[in-house]
Amino acid sequence: MQYLLLIHDDESQDNGDLMPEYMAYTEALGASGALVGANQLQPSDTATTVRVRGGETLVTDGPFIETKESLGGYYLVEAGSLDEAIEWAAKIPSARFGHIEVRPVVMRQAQVSA
Amino acid sequence: MPTNPAGWLVTVAKNRAVDRIRRDQTLRRKTELLIPPEETEPMDDTAIPDERLSLVFACCHPALGIEAQIALTLRSLGGLETGEIARAFLVPEATMAQRLVRAKRKIRDAGIPFRVPPDDVLPDRLAAVLRVVYLIFNAGYGPPVRHELCNEAIRLAAMLALLMPDESEAHGLHALLLFQDARREARVRDGSLVLLEDQDRALWDAGEIAAGRRALERALSLPARGPYAIQAGIAAAHSEGASDWAIVAELYARLAELEPSPVVELNRAVAVAMADGPEAGLAIVDAIDGLDEYYLFHSARADLLRRLERVDEARAAYTRASELAPSGVERDFLAGRRSAL
Repeated sequence: MQYLLLIHDDESQDNGDLMPEYMAYTEALGASGALVGANQLQPSDTATTVRVRGGETLVTDGPFIETKESLGGYYLVEAGSLDEAIEWAAKIPSARFGHIEVRPVVMRQAQVSA
Repeated sequence: MPTNPAGWLVTVAKNRAVDRIRRDQTLRRKTELLIPPEETEPMDDTAIPDERLSLVFACCHPALGIEAQIALTLRSLGGLETGEIARAFLVPEATMAQRLVRAKRKIRDAGIPFRVPPDDVLPDRLAAVLRVVYLIFNAGYGPPVRHELCNEAIRLAAMLALLMPDESEAHGLHALLLFQDARREARVRDGSLVLLEDQDRALWDAGEIAAGRRALERALSLPARGPYAIQAGIAAAHSEGASDWAIVAELYARLAELEPSPVVELNRAVAVAMADGPEAGLAIVDAIDGLDEYYLFHSARADLLRRLERVDEARAAYTRASELAPSGVERDFLAGRRSAL
């Protein structure tokens, strides 16, 4: 199964330079064969929310919901079970400061045969 | 008990797949391919012990809410139907059915594994399983008493002790539940609780106490004794002809080391007062922080002050306890003590 590990943290909080830790983590994930994809996101003040209502496109500044901890990035991993996904999630450096949401991915035919 | 609990747990997954096919015929073939083969094959009815153990760890997985863990455990490993579980927890049957369906879906869709967890996480996960069984027992212990829940909890604890014979806490929990259940006829009189020291010991179930002792002995013969074994030890110390307060006090001290809490400390103080006199108990009570809103804290303190003949302070403490008491029964009791000063 694939799981999306969504990294939420408080952007206003300084947790020091986590980059070396993130690089080591990503490398370990890659070496294990579990890494499917990963990206860091620009800060939430760069977010734009788009809606289409009655055929009209409405564009607003900022994320759809303002929260203290915002989505800062993600890993997409292949794991045998939720326990394995939880193990990987717990090793993400930001798990110590913010939180990681683990979401199973709905697998469609195209991905299954790929 | 469903004839095939593991099969029952995954049925919802198949039903859901069927719904999907009905909704969208074009997805039919794809959907069938999406269901892993082990989930489309019904499991064998003769579940071997390891399967029951895998099932209990899936049902008590921390990714499920505690209410769902309790309901799933009772439904898939206990002997209760959905309606019985709903009545025991005072929720409509439809609500309970919904809770079960949702939990089963999460097990399937989130990939909660059916397996005994590896050693590095086993202690935490076992503690979660034992907690579910303990909560089932407490829900039945009342008042109002619901025997079917107590019986299920004891049966589950016995099963866990049987399947994990090397886990001290599984035996410890089994022992604790047996000791507590043994007092069920003596602990409620006319609808209200009877304190342990006021219970008619002739009403205690001697057979269950003996079984509790055997389970406790097994718990104590193994390493890694934990809070359940210690609490069972306390219950055993109360089950002699008269309570052995020195041992009870010592065991509460050990429990406080493992799970520090002001309530455990209050229990220790009461035991110390019984063993070494009210002065020693009061010293511990007065060092406790954080129970100022707890009526039993003030009633225990009042009782010690009364025995020390510090009447004015005792009166004030009874008054405070009475203000915080949860119901009229306790208030009447405290008022009686206060006016007897």
